[in-house]
Amino acid sequence: MIGKNPATSCGAKYSSYIFRDMGNANDYLLTVENLKTYFPVKKGLLRRTVGHIRAVDGVSFSIRRGQTLGLVGESGCGKTTVARTIARLIPATAGRVVFNEVDVLSADRNNLRQLRKDISLIFQDPFGSLNPRMTVGSIIGEPLKVHRLATDGDLTEQVAALLSKVGLAGDHINRYPHEFSGGQRQRIGIARALAVQPKLIICDEPVSALDISIQAQILNLLKDLQEEFGLTYLFIAHDLAVVDFFCDVMAVMYMGRIVEQAGPEKLCRNPLHPYTRALISAIPRIGVSANCRLPIADCQLPIQKSQIENRKSKIPVGCTFGPKCSLAGPDCLRQPPPLAESSDRKGHFVACWKC
Amino acid sequence: MNGDDTILNFRFSIGNRRSAIGNQLSVEGLCVGFFTQACPEAGLSRAKSRGRGNGVVPAVQDVSFSIKKGQIFALVGESGCGKTATALAIMRLLPAGQSRVVQGKILFEGRNLLELSEKQMRLIRGSKISMVFQEPATSLNPVYTVGDQIAEAIELHQNKGADQAWEDAAAILRKVGIADPERRALEYPHRLSGGMQQRVMIAMAISCNPVLLIADEPTTALDTTVQAQILDLLDDLRKQNGMSILLITHNLGVAAQRADVVAVMYASRLVEIADSRQLLAQPHHPYTQGLLRSLPRLGSPPTGSGVERLQTIPGTVPEALHLPGGCKFHPRCRVGCADMRCRKIEPALREIQPGRWAACWRAPGYE
Repeated sequence: MIGKNPATSCGAKYSSYIFRDMGNANDYLLTVENLKTYFPVKKGLLRRTVGHIRAVDGVSFSIRRGQTLGLVGESGCGKTTVARTIARLIPATAGRVVFNEVDVLSADRNNLRQLRKDISLIFQDPFGSLNPRMTVGSIIGEPLKVHRLATDGDLTEQVAALLSKVGLAGDHINRYPHEFSGGQRQRIGIARALAVQPKLIICDEPVSALDISIQAQILNLLKDLQEEFGLTYLFIAHDLAVVDFFCDVMAVMYMGRIVEQAGPEKLCRNPLHPYTRALISAIPRIGVSANCRLPIADCQLPIQKSQIENRKSKIPVGCTFGPKCSLAGPDCLRQPPPLAESSDRKGHFVACWKC
Repeated sequence: MNGDDTILNFRFSIGNRRSAIGNQLSVEGLCVGFFTQACPEAGLSRAKSRGRGNGVVPAVQDVSFSIKKGQIFALVGESGCGKTATALAIMRLLPAGQSRVVQGKILFEGRNLLELSEKQMRLIRGSKISMVFQEPATSLNPVYTVGDQIAEAIELHQNKGADQAWEDAAAILRKVGIADPERRALEYPHRLSGGMQQRVMIAMAISCNPVLLIADEPTTALDTTVQAQILDLLDDLRKQNGMSILLITHNLGVAAQRADVVAVMYASRLVEIADSRQLLAQPHHPYTQGLLRSLPRLGSPPTGSGVERLQTIPGTVPEALHLPGGCKFHPRCRVGCADMRCRKIEPALREIQPGRWAACWRAPGYE
């Protein structure tokens, strides 16, 4: 896709740190290795590519069957790009994505069709993600027809069954999206995702647009469906408390890289990476004073200079959090730290030279 | 038990405590109606009986509270419960032709804001009371530089020349934590990040040293770390200038950490007011209790084996057009749904302990 690919040159460095004790590869439904997605920056009259934004820069993780991996981070850190790359909605620059022993990134037309059935998505905005001119019945029925999962005869029946699964009434089938509240629309989105009987559902901020009491209902629904159908989730959110509640494994992203990965109880109680520590202490919590926050140098996070790499400087410089980090030493700015298991905490991975 | 009597009592008790002197703002019995084309239904009969014609949705109903000098007063509630309508009523910025204040008083510096002429109100709005809006990206004018937009308020309200106003604008930008303010003042809003845009909004709002700042979801669109900085900034400004802040938020964590007093709103009504620590440690209204229970807590211990679930409030927020009778929360309430009184008679907000108000028949000390 990109002529001289800068990604391949610094590739192998991040290789399989996570997969050391992974045992049987079959336990994992999805494995992502060193995934990179770069967006070209175009300039001038001829729209020449003058550099790349490293939206995702060497991300590796894997999800066990029936479990949930939570991806957290602030806006612009690359969470959604990871999800979209895995679903092949955006072309990847480098790396490998293995889903159910199929290489996703090199899948051909037929394989891709099967993958589209096995991986489905739930989107953030319940208002923008449903076609306003389609009835609920046709929104949920469309994937059933496309994948030939229903005949014309039993389509209505199947849609009604899906609606009742997500807690909506059968007579909602002929209504339009505008007739529903935000929580109900998110339920329609969930029913649509469930229609194809997927193995993996990518939930991209499924509850962040909802009110607290509705958020709890939707989270409970997703948990029930996981138990009933043995679903695996890739759960993307910016709210750490939600991910802490919902996920089996949690990964914190910062500027296109995973900086820390562990079980939620480890990560939320004992965060190791300085960024995770600052992030957790910045969350307004009930019963915790605002004064016990860790300082974080300057948190404006538009596209960072170090994320854009131009022709002149192709070498990535050090830890992306380095310039803001209070612990950073000269080493940190020289080489990016790999995601490695902490020496005294098993199963706790952190990308920091100082941890 | 007459509902109107209790409201009078409540108002009387505010007056009695002689705290009115220390109050920056007091809102008394505020009702706001939005006009709608929708067919009037059973739930509308009250609005109709006031003679406002068909299709008036009560967006704010009998809301009374007061904010003391230098206090952060948080208004918490789910979307559509009337938080923003309350704020707009105070600013007298409710969309004309679509809505109006039906009754009530808004007392600010001894005057009822609702009785002022538009000309008098213009002298207060932006100079003594100012507002930070929810979405900075859509609230800033895209065709003027941020410096222009801040200087405009200074020129209008402080009788300063353009050059002086521009200098002041840069100084205020520095105050809200924007580096290199002279250069930033020349930028257009789209060049700034969300956090910076919100800082500009706050700069604009505090440019004339208001005594009351209304911050409508000032951090909802922002990241956690930026949110903490913006809230710190508001807190610092309050300490420096002694201004009061009406903080509108749906985030209970923000309210708990930053506010002195928290008021909870449900279906256009206030259901509970208390000191923030008391309210969150020991909520008395079932709605507040439900909200706190349905919130996932960071680092909370797992409840044990099996699938963990959050406790929820059953059902959904009722539409303003189809409100249930009696207590508006009773169909979703765990304790009141079977109680005849909860279903028939609406409880008014009443002081149940010194400094604590609740609107629930079953709250301790309510009767």
